[in-house]
Amino acid sequence: MSARVGIVVFPGTNCELDVAYALEALGAEPELVWHQDRRLSGIDAVVVPGGFAHGDFLRTGAIARFSPVMDAVSELAAAGAPVVGICNGFQVLTEAHLLPGALQKNVGLKFLCQTVEVRVETDRSALTSTAPVGAVLHLPINHFEGNYVCDAKTLDQLRAEERVVLRYVANPNGSLDDIAGICNEAGNVVGLMPHPERASDPILGSDDGVVLLRALLSAARARTAA
Amino acid sequence: MRFTVHVEITHLPGILDPQGATIERALPALGYENVSEVSVGKSIRLVLDASDEAAARAQVDEMCQRLLANPVIEAYEIAVREMSKA
Repeated sequence: MSARVGIVVFPGTNCELDVAYALEALGAEPELVWHQDRRLSGIDAVVVPGGFAHGDFLRTGAIARFSPVMDAVSELAAAGAPVVGICNGFQVLTEAHLLPGALQKNVGLKFLCQTVEVRVETDRSALTSTAPVGAVLHLPINHFEGNYVCDAKTLDQLRAEERVVLRYVANPNGSLDDIAGICNEAGNVVGLMPHPERASDPILGSDDGVVLLRALLSAARARTAA
Repeated sequence: MRFTVHVEITHLPGILDPQGATIERALPALGYENVSEVSVGKSIRLVLDASDEAAARAQVDEMCQRLLANPVIEAYEIAVREMSKA
């Protein structure tokens, strides 16, 4: 049975079709979910894709956090369903307190649009459960606010609980501890700045993102079966 | 009662301020070599109707916690002033 993945669309989201395309190619049933929807019925997993939700006014993700759909996303996350925030989606999940810390402007104040190397640091997240730990993936980044920050206590916790999911091999944006992606305590909520959906076919220059998307779908299916 | 409110949002101490750091590096290029500790924040002004100053302040504090600031990385200061009736 194929996994039904809800892809949240806020005004200003712009990566939803790329995510849908990449997931569909892997056999999933993607479903776009408008931010005003209050229910996510029959959804096995959620992706909060990239873009500029609500124009990124005030702070990235600050307004999106209050969209009606976010209550349903939080409920699914609490129930253990995979919830993945990519780029702006990562920023939304931190503002929604589904993930700790925050993402602020890149060091050097440059908008970064390039392919970077990231290392898989743990297999205990919904996005890396089937990925080889230590593998280096080539993934595109495309952000102005990807500089991950949190307090020292949170960082200690992330490290001790193996919740740093991906690290940059060469830190492009000043992120604390080279962090490119983290997960919650249970591992089902994951946020990352790189775009796996834009590295989902060799024709795009890399298909290294497929290993992450496959892990997401297998986590979603495991949940359906349970 | 009607109040004017000014919220000043700054980076929490210890949190890197990329805008401040960049401006601090740019100023010497213009010949200003004696500048340090540049920090960039946000300034939000609004008008609020409340029963008294304490109620106004409490509501603004709540709004800062929930939306106006991100307490994970930002500190904020609230100034409340009663508007003149004139």
